[in-house]
Amino acid sequence: MNALRNVSALVEKEWRHYFGSPIAYVALAMWTLLFGAFHVLIFRQFLLYSMRSAQQMEFGGAPKLSLNEMVIGHVLQNMAVVALFITPMLTMRLFAEEKRQGTLELLATAPITGMQIILGKFLGALSLFALMIAAGLLNFLLLWQYATVPPEWKPVATGALALLLLGACFIAVGLFVSTLTRNQIVAGTLTFGLLLGLWILGWMDDPSAGPITRVFAYLGLLTHLSELMKGVLDLKDIVFYVSFTVFGLFLAHQSVESQRWRA
Amino acid sequence: MIEVENLTKRYGRHTAVDGISFRVNRGEILGFLGPNGAGKTTTMRILTCYLPATEGTARVAGFDVFEQPLEVKRRVGYIPETPPLYPDMDVETFLDFCAKIKGIPAGERKARIDEAVEKCRVGDVRRTLIGRLSKGYRQRVGLAQAILANPEVLILDEPTAGLDPKQIIETRELIKGLGGDHTIILSTHILPEVSMTCGRVVIINKGKVVAEDTPDNLMHRLKGAATLRVEVRGDLGTAESALRGVPGVLAVRPPGPVGSGAFEVEAAAGADVRADVARAVIGKGLDLVGLTQAGMSLEEIFLHLTTTEPVHADVPPKAQEVTA
Repeated sequence: MNALRNVSALVEKEWRHYFGSPIAYVALAMWTLLFGAFHVLIFRQFLLYSMRSAQQMEFGGAPKLSLNEMVIGHVLQNMAVVALFITPMLTMRLFAEEKRQGTLELLATAPITGMQIILGKFLGALSLFALMIAAGLLNFLLLWQYATVPPEWKPVATGALALLLLGACFIAVGLFVSTLTRNQIVAGTLTFGLLLGLWILGWMDDPSAGPITRVFAYLGLLTHLSELMKGVLDLKDIVFYVSFTVFGLFLAHQSVESQRWRA
Repeated sequence: MIEVENLTKRYGRHTAVDGISFRVNRGEILGFLGPNGAGKTTTMRILTCYLPATEGTARVAGFDVFEQPLEVKRRVGYIPETPPLYPDMDVETFLDFCAKIKGIPAGERKARIDEAVEKCRVGDVRRTLIGRLSKGYRQRVGLAQAILANPEVLILDEPTAGLDPKQIIETRELIKGLGGDHTIILSTHILPEVSMTCGRVVIINKGKVVAEDTPDNLMHRLKGAATLRVEVRGDLGTAESALRGVPGVLAVRPPGPVGSGAFEVEAAAGADVRADVARAVIGKGLDLVGLTQAGMSLEEIFLHLTTTEPVHADVPPKAQEVTA
């Protein structure tokens, strides 16, 4: 009960920082703008394809076009890349700023545990990211409104979940990196580099590769995204993202504690 | 209320705090005096569970700072040297956040905030962003944060640093008013400050306790009275009466449980009583094991302390005596 109150107090504080500064507005604006832009562009392309296939239909046998796969899945895939750029900006100040301001001393001498501080900060950033996803999903309402065959909702839900889980991993990594420095720019740049590295590990995914390469590819954040984006809710992908996030938070906790000992 | 035993903190090869021991009783205001870099902040950070000690123990209200940090943190209000504040919050929001993480129940939060705001006189800036406040107000908001949960123990690291003379006086009066209800440790490098606020003073230098006394006695010693450390083997009672009998000796303090285990003999300024002290001890058939002039080291430390106030009008008579 106490733990819950402490964590929620920290989440509220982080939201105050996000919305008391331009960070939240810039992040939300950029995100929704890009979401909308991708949606429009990809949807136009889809219209072009469907027009062509309609012409082909006269000669019989055209490929079946799915709004889910060709529009929604595609947009969400693109937004995952955008998340790679935006989440370091949400996480870079989480610990670096507290350290620079000296307010970490306030938190560390209050009757709350280190894990509660980390969870509060993590959930604060993650809930803002969830809000960004929700705002972006509003774009798809247009499809339900105007499409003659409305898309299925399930792949949209799993796609949004995939994006949220991916964001949780990004935020956990960013939180950890932010504990390492008192400089926000350093934290942000380092996080972005690290995330990009984890991202491209997925490019090594190749069925013919050796076992070591496959292990590295498995650790790639991208590798586990595609099935969820297609609407396949596979437990192993969810377990991967959740355990990756937990590991990141664990590292952040160890980092904060060990700095106390070395300080 | 606070028991510190043999506390040591090393940063790599540098020893910041070197085996210090002291006690603070309930309701007492203890001054923690020492030049910059003496280890005051490190000791306070250990007491507030911010840093772990390398060796030794510290107990606050009966709870060990290492074993039961949450219990200690619940009972301690702390202001670091620069008050930790969020510049993008207003005073009210900041105190509300502090009340939440300090575990004050929702029903009492408003009353506690009102009380702290009133005690620290920050009522007129309740809705102002902390980033826009002057140094004096920030210090007071920091103090309001520290007393918010009505903690049994207050640990204040240089609470008057960087304030103007008027604010310094106000802050000291505020701290004095908090004594009695709260047990307070207050660190400073300004000598007159302790004489005005504290009942007892611990002087530390280079990580070690070099003196522990009431402010008045310390001032007295500083004025030139020579202090001898006399180490005697044998019956301590006989030794004490022998020492008191020596002409020119003003006071004799028997060896305490902490410290070097030697008598501290205070002689009148200018009088060299060393030969008489030696004769008196040996005359009673006791062994004189050591005889050193203790006053010197203390004086050297005082040289590094700030002995005057920045503005003359605010200097109390005691402080002027010191500089005279």
